[in-house]
Amino acid sequence: MELYDFFVYIILPILSLSTILVFIRFLKGPTIADRVISFDLLVNVGIGSICIYSILSNQPTFLDIGMIVALIGFLSTAAFSYYLEKRERND
Amino acid sequence: MIEILIMVLCSIGALAILLASIGMLRMPDLYLRLSVTTKAATLGIGLILIGGAFHFKDVGVTSRSLAILFFVTLTSPISAQLIAKAAYFIRAKMWKGTVLDELNGMYNMTTHILHSKTEEEQEIEKKAGEKSERVETPGKNTKAD
Repeated sequence: MELYDFFVYIILPILSLSTILVFIRFLKGPTIADRVISFDLLVNVGIGSICIYSILSNQPTFLDIGMIVALIGFLSTAAFSYYLEKRERND
Repeated sequence: MIEILIMVLCSIGALAILLASIGMLRMPDLYLRLSVTTKAATLGIGLILIGGAFHFKDVGVTSRSLAILFFVTLTSPISAQLIAKAAYFIRAKMWKGTVLDELNGMYNMTTHILHSKTEEEQEIEKKAGEKSERVETPGKNTKAD
């Protein structure tokens, strides 16, 4: 089995399945903090998919996009938690 | 030979991410979900990135993927701690099987300052301090006289 077939038929379906599972939690999430956590995990799964895709297409340039996505994910989580705390403090 | 190594690394990483997402869906509580997903997702992404570094066999790509790995490993515990603190302040419900909440009453909910004692103990200490001051003040007056 070649690397290409292995990635296309096994790894990418696993990552897609995990994206779907996390997205169900993103829609269901009882509180807003659940949604923030699931968004964080979605970003992480996205970084993994980008890395797999860069191996598949043999172009390492895509790894830069992964780095930027990781940065944006961390910043969004930090900002969300900051404003969640602040909203409660003003009430 | 290197293909087998990449396959093993990427499949372990994908399985870790799959376990993290299953835990995300099935855990009963926000804090349990957080504790499952941060660790497993960091492990999965790290293994996949190391697999990518092995595939390209280039110094630039290896350092780039190690930089992403370093960044993710550094930031995911920080974001988990931040969001857990925010969730504690918006009073996210705990699982009914939770045995111990060590932070119960330790936070001042209006100023968000963490104390090492609960609010009741602080009030008792305050009252005790006031009483001792009341006792001390006449003593000082007598000494001044």
